[in-house]
Amino acid sequence: MSARDRILNKLKAAPRQDKAVPDVAAWYAMHRTPEDKAGKVQRFRQCIELAHAEVHAVTPADWLTTLREVLRSKGLDKILVSEETTHGCAVLDEFPRQGVDCQVYDMAIEAWKTEMFNATPASLTAARAAIAETGTLILWPDAAEPRLMSLVPPVHIVLLDASRIYNTFYEAMHSEGWKDGLPTNALLVSGPSKTADIQQTLAYGAHGPKELVVLLLTEDAQ
Amino acid sequence: MSEHTLHFKPAEGFRARSKAVVDNPFLRQSFRGAMDFLMSKRAAQFPDAEELASLRTLGESIRQYNLAKLPTLLEQLEANLTRNGIQVHWAETPEEANAIILGICQRIGAELMVKGKSMVSEEIELNHAAEAAGVAALESDMGEYIVQLADEKPSHIIMPAIHKTKEEIARLFADKVEGVDYTDNVDALIQIGRNVLRQKFLEADIGLSGVNFAVAETGTLCLVENEGNGRMCTTAPPVHIAITGIEKIVEKLEHIPPLLSLLTRSATGQNISTYFNMISSPRQPGEKDGPAEVHLVLLDNGRSQAYADEQLRKTLQCIRCGACMNHCPVYTRIGGHAYGTTYPGPIGKIISPHMLGLDATSSMATASSLCGACGEVCPVKIPIPELLMRLREEAFTAPHANPSMLGQGAGYSWLMTSVWKGWAAVYRSPSLYAVATWLGSRFAWLMPAKQGAWTSVRVPLKPAPKRLRDMLKDRG
Repeated sequence: MSARDRILNKLKAAPRQDKAVPDVAAWYAMHRTPEDKAGKVQRFRQCIELAHAEVHAVTPADWLTTLREVLRSKGLDKILVSEETTHGCAVLDEFPRQGVDCQVYDMAIEAWKTEMFNATPASLTAARAAIAETGTLILWPDAAEPRLMSLVPPVHIVLLDASRIYNTFYEAMHSEGWKDGLPTNALLVSGPSKTADIQQTLAYGAHGPKELVVLLLTEDAQ
Repeated sequence: MSEHTLHFKPAEGFRARSKAVVDNPFLRQSFRGAMDFLMSKRAAQFPDAEELASLRTLGESIRQYNLAKLPTLLEQLEANLTRNGIQVHWAETPEEANAIILGICQRIGAELMVKGKSMVSEEIELNHAAEAAGVAALESDMGEYIVQLADEKPSHIIMPAIHKTKEEIARLFADKVEGVDYTDNVDALIQIGRNVLRQKFLEADIGLSGVNFAVAETGTLCLVENEGNGRMCTTAPPVHIAITGIEKIVEKLEHIPPLLSLLTRSATGQNISTYFNMISSPRQPGEKDGPAEVHLVLLDNGRSQAYADEQLRKTLQCIRCGACMNHCPVYTRIGGHAYGTTYPGPIGKIISPHMLGLDATSSMATASSLCGACGEVCPVKIPIPELLMRLREEAFTAPHANPSMLGQGAGYSWLMTSVWKGWAAVYRSPSLYAVATWLGSRFAWLMPAKQGAWTSVRVPLKPAPKRLRDMLKDRG
C-alpha cells in the first residue's frame, strides 16, 4: 500500500464529525460596511502609505509626467516595462526620447536572469485591482507582465485604476469569481518588502522591492 | 549529519535547558522584550472585542468544518493540483518526505536549494538530510538565515532569531560573511543579507517553501510573508517544491480571507502581511518566468494520530500564528530552545507528542501553569489548556490496551500513582483522614529538611503541631 493510501485510510477510519458550513458572507455583511468610491480611495491610500508605500494621484493626462518625475527624484534613468500593454507602450513612446533607458520583458527569464537581478533598477506594472481595508494591491502577473517584474527590481511602480478598489479581500474574490479560475500566480502586495527579524526593528527592502510607488489613476485630478 | 544535529529527545535535558535560560538575564530580556512587543502589536489590531470574538468563532468553525472533511478534501486537492500541473507526493514520515525532496534534487542534478520559511522543513530536518546528500540548503528568510549561520535552530515559529541581539548578529555577520565589517546598524545588516541571498536566488536550482493554506476547490497553494524571499523561492528557480502538513487544507477559496486576517493580526499585529502569494500552477505555455515544475509534499508525521481522536483533533485547527507562545508565561521565561522540539510553546506542547511520541515528550505538558492565556488568544479557539490536561493523563496513567497515542503511559510510575491513590483514599474517608492528620501532627519532627524538588526553591513542608479540628475543639 502506498503512503497516500495508508494516510487516507487512517483519516477515513477516524470518527466522522458533522460540522456546520461556515457562513463567511454573513460575517462580512455584519462586520464590514461598504464605503463609497471616495471612502475606499482614502482608506486604501491611508493604509498603504502607513506600510511605507509612496502614492501619487494621477490622471490619464499627466501620469507619464508624474512617472518621469518619480524616476528623476530617485535618480533612475532605466525602467523595465511591458511592450504588450497600453501603459507600457506609452512609456516606450515617450521615455527613450527623454533619455530614459526602457527595458522590455520580451524573452523568457532564462535568457537574461543575471541582467534582471543585477541591472534592472525599476519596473512599471499595472495592478488588477486593490483592497481598501488593508491597503493592498492585487496583481495577476501574466505573459505581458511576468511574475519577477514586480519582485526583483528594487523600485516597483504600480499603475492602479482608482475605480478598481474593493472594500475587502472577500469582496474582491467574490465579485471577480476567483473560485472559477485562478491564474498561475495571484498576488496581494501591501507595501515594499520588509522584515523585523533583527531585534524587532523594522527594516525595508529585505528581498523584494525596497520602494513601492503607486500611481493612483482617476479620471480627473483630486 | 553534523554533530549539531538536534535529535528530538525533549524529555532529556528539558529542565537543565530551562534553568540555563532562566539564569541568563540577557536571554530573558530578549524574550521578555520581544513577547511584550508582539502582545501589544496584536492587541492594537483587535480594538473591538466583539469583532475579535466573532472572527475567532468563524475561524474555529472554518477549521473544524475543513478538518471534518479532511480525507475528501485531500483527494479533491490532489485532483485539482494535478489538473493544474502541480505534482503531489505523500509522506507518512520525515524520512519519506526527505527522500521525495532529495529524489527530485538528484533527478535534476540540483546543487543549491534556496528555502523560504517552512516549519515543516524544520520538522523533517531537511537541511541536514540535504547536506548529507550533497545538496546545499540555504535559508533565505532573514531570521532563518541568521539562525542557520549561527548553526542554531529557530527559537520562535514566526520570529526565528528572536533570542539574538543585534550586536550578536553583527558579530555573526562579521565572522561568517565574507568581506563584511562589523556593523550593528539594522538596515545595514539587512542589506548584507539581501546582497548575499540575491545572488543565491539567481543561482539556485530549486526553491523550497512551506504552505500556509492549500485550497482544495481551486488547487492553490497560499504563502504569507513580508520579505519577498518566499516569492523569490517560488518564482526564480526552475523547480519549486512546497511542503505542508496534511491539515492545512480549506475546501473553499472564501475560507481564506478570515483565516488570513486572523493569522497576520494574531502573529505580528499586522492588518495584512506585505505579500500573500497564491500559486495554482507551474509556468504555462507563453509565460516568461516561474518554475517549470511545481511539487507539493503532503506530510503526515503523527497528524493522523491526532485526527483519530475527536478531542485531540482540535490540535490540527492550528494556523501557526505563534500567539500562544507570545502570551505564554513559561515560553517567555525559558524561550524556544529549551523545549528541544521544532514547535515550542503551548502549540509545541500539544502537537509534538503526536510527532515524537509521548515517551520523548511526557514532561512537556507538565511545563504549564494552566493559566489559560494560550487558549484565550488562539485565533481558532483551540482549547490548549484542556488538551494539556488530556496529554498529562495520557502520559501518566498506566499503559493500557488500544492507546490513542504512541507512548501512552510513558511517564507512568507505580510509586507515584500509588502515592496519589493513597492520598485520594485518605481524603475520601473521614476516619482515615483523622488518623493520618493525628499521625502527622505527632510525628512532624520526622519530616526531612530536604524534600526533593519542593525544597529546591521553598521552605520544607511541616505539619502543624495541632490539627485544625483540635484547635476548634479547644475553642469549644
